[in-house]
Amino acid sequence: MFLKKVLASAAVIATVALSTTSALALTVGFSQIGSESGWRAAETTITLQQAKDRGIDLKFADAQQKQENQIKALRSFIAQGVDAIFVAPVVATGWDSVLKEVKEAGIPVILLDRTIDSSDDLYLTAVTSDFIYEGSVAGKWLVDAVDGKECSVVELQGTTGSAPAIERKEGFEQGLAGSNVSIIRSQTADFTRTKGKEVMESFLKAEGGGKNICALYAHNDDMAVGAIQAIKEAGLKPGSDILVVSIDAVPDIFKAMMAGEANATVELTPNMAGPAFDALDAFLKDGTLPPKWIQSESRLYTKDDDLQAIYDQKKDLGY
Amino acid sequence: MNSLKRYAPQLTTLAIVLLLNYLVFPDFFKIEIANGKLYGTLIDVLNRGAPVALLCVGMTLVIATKGIDLSVGAVMAICGAVAASTVDSGGGVFMALSLALLAGLICGVWNGLLVSVLNIQPIIATLILMVAGRGIAQLITEGAILTFNDEGLIFVGSGSIFSIPMPILIWIAVGIIVTFIVRRTALGMLIESIGINQRASTFSGVNARVLLILVYMVSGLCAALAGTIAAADIRGADANNAGLWLELDAILAVVVGGTSLLGGRFTLIGSLIGAMIIQSINTGILLSGFPPEFNLIIKAAIIVIILVIQSPALQSKYIEYRDRREAEKPPADKENAS
Repeated sequence: MFLKKVLASAAVIATVALSTTSALALTVGFSQIGSESGWRAAETTITLQQAKDRGIDLKFADAQQKQENQIKALRSFIAQGVDAIFVAPVVATGWDSVLKEVKEAGIPVILLDRTIDSSDDLYLTAVTSDFIYEGSVAGKWLVDAVDGKECSVVELQGTTGSAPAIERKEGFEQGLAGSNVSIIRSQTADFTRTKGKEVMESFLKAEGGGKNICALYAHNDDMAVGAIQAIKEAGLKPGSDILVVSIDAVPDIFKAMMAGEANATVELTPNMAGPAFDALDAFLKDGTLPPKWIQSESRLYTKDDDLQAIYDQKKDLGY
Repeated sequence: MNSLKRYAPQLTTLAIVLLLNYLVFPDFFKIEIANGKLYGTLIDVLNRGAPVALLCVGMTLVIATKGIDLSVGAVMAICGAVAASTVDSGGGVFMALSLALLAGLICGVWNGLLVSVLNIQPIIATLILMVAGRGIAQLITEGAILTFNDEGLIFVGSGSIFSIPMPILIWIAVGIIVTFIVRRTALGMLIESIGINQRASTFSGVNARVLLILVYMVSGLCAALAGTIAAADIRGADANNAGLWLELDAILAVVVGGTSLLGGRFTLIGSLIGAMIIQSINTGILLSGFPPEFNLIIKAAIIVIILVIQSPALQSKYIEYRDRREAEKPPADKENAS
C-alpha cells in the first residue's frame, strides 16, 4: 500500500518535471558573489524578479565570496545543461580555464556588474555601470544647481584605491571642468556612515564651522547620510546651507531627500539582469552579437522625482 | 606627583601629538558651545575616541591576565544590532540598553569559558567570535543597515548632559568605576598575579578560572557599550562596518599606554591616555588635508616612533648613557676646580 503511494507520487513528480522542461522555458544559471552589501541583495532580488517576469527558470548559486564556489557553480551549470550563465565575478583573475570549459559546452556567459581580466571572446558580454559616468552626472548636476556661482565642495571618497573611489572622483572632476565649482577638501571615509560623519565633522571645523562649504559630494549614499548628521549637529541645514549630492540611490537617501536634507543622488542600478536578459534573448533568437560592454543606466534623482514612490519600490529589495 | 611621573611617557607623547595637531590646525584647542553642546576639535577627539577608550578598559584587564580579546569589534556590531532591533520593534531605550549589555555579557562568558575552562589559547578562542560575530550581527539586522529614530537611544550617541556629549561622559565614567573597583580592592592585584603565573596563583588560592571569565565579561560589557554608542551615533546598526578593526586600535592603545602584552602589571589610566593618543592622530590626519593615500602611512610612522621611544631596549640604553655621563662628570668638575 505504502509502496503504491510512493510510486504514484513519484509518477506525478516525474510528469510535472517533464511538463516543465517540455514547456521550452529558458534555463539560466546565476552565480552571485554572496551577500556582501545591501546593494548586492537588491541585485539578487531584482534578478530573480526579472527571471520570473520573463518566464525564465533561474538557477541561483550563492558563492559566499569565494571564487572556488563560483567555479564549482559554473561546472554544475554545465552538467545541468543550462542555456546561459550569468556571473557576478568575485575577483578579476583566474577565470580562463573554467570559462573555456563553458565555451566548449556552447553556453553563452554574461558578466554582471564586474568585469574580468580574461580575453573577451570567453564571454558574450558584460553589463556594468560606468563609475566615471556616474561621477560626471553628479558633477554636472552640481554645476547646474549653483548656476554659475562660486562653490567650494568637500568630497568624501570611498575606500582608498578602490575602483569606484578612483573613478567616481575622476568623473566628478570631469563634470566640474570649466565651472566655478571646485573641490577644497577631499578625504576617504571608507564608504561607511560612521566615517562619513567623523570626516565631515573635521571638514566643518577646518572650514570655519562649515561657512566656507557650499556643497558635499559623497562617493556613496551611506557616507552622505552620516555627513548629513554631522552637518545638522554643527547647526547648519543640509540640503540648503550645504548642498548634498551622492551616488548609489539606496532607500535611506530618499528619506533624506524627502526631508529636504539631501539634494540629488545618481543611481547605481541593481537591475543588471534586465539588459543581460535582453541581450541574451536577441542572441538566442537570431544570433545578434551584443557589444562586449553594455552600460547600465545611471539615473539622476532629485526632488523633482516622486521620491516616496521610488522609496516604496526600493525599500523591499533587500538594501 | 608620583603617579604623574608614572604616566610621564604617555602624557608627553599625547602632548607632542596634540602640539602637532595645533601646528597643522591652529584652531585645534578652540572650544565653544553650539546647540547647547561643547563644540570643537578637542571635543571631537574625546567624543570620537569613546569606542576605543571603552574597548581599552576591558582589553587592559584581559591583557593583564596574559590574554587578548580579538572579538570586541564583532561584539560591538552584535550589540549595536541588538540595541537597534530592540527599538525598531518597539522597545524603549532602557530595554535596548539592557539587552545590548546582556548580549555583550553573553559574548564575554563565551570567550571566558573557552579560555578558562577549555584552556584554549585566548588569541584562538576570541578569534572564533571575531569571525562569527559579524555573521550573527548580519542575522539580527537581516543584512541591511537597520536605522531607527528612537530619541532615547540617539541620546546615548549624540545627546549631552551639562553640555558634555554623552559618549565622553560614558567612557570617563566607566574608566573611573573600573579603576576604582580594581585598585581599591585586591581584584587588580589578583588579575596581575594570574597574568604573571596562573598556576602559582591557583596554588596560592586565587580562583583563576572565575576571574578569567570575569575579565572577558568586563571586556564584553565594554564592547556592548561601545557598540551601542557607535550605533546611536549614526542612528543605525551597520553589521558590516561597526567596530571594524577597532580591536586592533584597542590593543595598540593598551600597548602605547604602557601595559605589556606579556601580562602582569597593567594601567587603565595609561590605556585611556593611549586611546586618546590614537584618536588625536586620527583626527589630526583628517584636519591636515593630506591626500587620503597618506593616512595610514602617517599613522604608522607616528606609532613606530612612539613605540621606539618607549621600547625597553632604548630606555635601558638611555639609562646606561645617563649613568656613564654622570660617572664621567666628577673628574671634569675636579679639573675645573684645579
